[in-house]
Amino acid sequence: MTQTRDRILFVLAAVCAVLLCVDFYKIFLILPDEANQGAIYRIVYVHVPSIFTGFTGFFVALAASGAYLVTGKLKYDAFAAAVTEVSLAFATIVLATGMIWGRIIWGIWWAWDARLTTMLVCWLIYAGYLMLRRAIDEPTQRARLSAVVSIFGCVDILIVWKSIEWWRTQHPAPVLSVRDGGGMGPGMEAPIYWNWLAFMCLAAILVMVRTRQEQRSREIDSLRRMAHSY
Amino acid sequence: MIDARNFTYMFYGFAAAFVILVVYVVSLALRERKLIHEIDRVRRMVEREK
Repeated sequence: MTQTRDRILFVLAAVCAVLLCVDFYKIFLILPDEANQGAIYRIVYVHVPSIFTGFTGFFVALAASGAYLVTGKLKYDAFAAAVTEVSLAFATIVLATGMIWGRIIWGIWWAWDARLTTMLVCWLIYAGYLMLRRAIDEPTQRARLSAVVSIFGCVDILIVWKSIEWWRTQHPAPVLSVRDGGGMGPGMEAPIYWNWLAFMCLAAILVMVRTRQEQRSREIDSLRRMAHSY
Repeated sequence: MIDARNFTYMFYGFAAAFVILVVYVVSLALRERKLIHEIDRVRRMVEREK
């Protein structure tokens, strides 16, 4: 079992490394600067794949939370917690890279526009999810409340996703052709999706490591209970 | 619009993403080490109690 797991981790790491090397070669050495933004537009190749990865993770956590509420099995709760934590790391990257990009393009680090504000709220909801887990010791109560917060958080994700269509504020309207945006220059859009795949491999590695830690924590809890029962 | 600051801030953007990931990976590694120590300690405690 451990050997299979290690092999999967190795394959995922290799795929991630190859994809990132090829993509970064294209991004920095082949693709030209964008006509209006210059070199800074390349942040899109980290910014957008990170949010795709983060949101995919949050929806996987939603499914795992739902599975916990239906079955009552704590392994689903542990998986949801692992996925949420990793997804939050990617959501943090989105906020950080967005602010740096905005500093050049808008001249400001932050604007209280619809997309940025809803994304910050999303980040706070999932940060709150992790804080809630630390605050509650009883495993079933922790799992039930965490599942509710996870479901609540996914509602905000839909608002974040649609915010640039519902409200026209500072953040650009959809650009990617998959969202019926204007699209990018020839060859400029594909690396976004390849980077998303690479980030998903990386996220899968981190989730596997984090899930094992959750299992260890549960093992420690059961050993402690055993020690107290003697 | 296109000036040297663009390159600097592009570098900051990629660096920020890299730093966030590295900090998270390091925190995972530290937590892993702590859990392994803790599991060994509790196992020894259970053995003593038996």
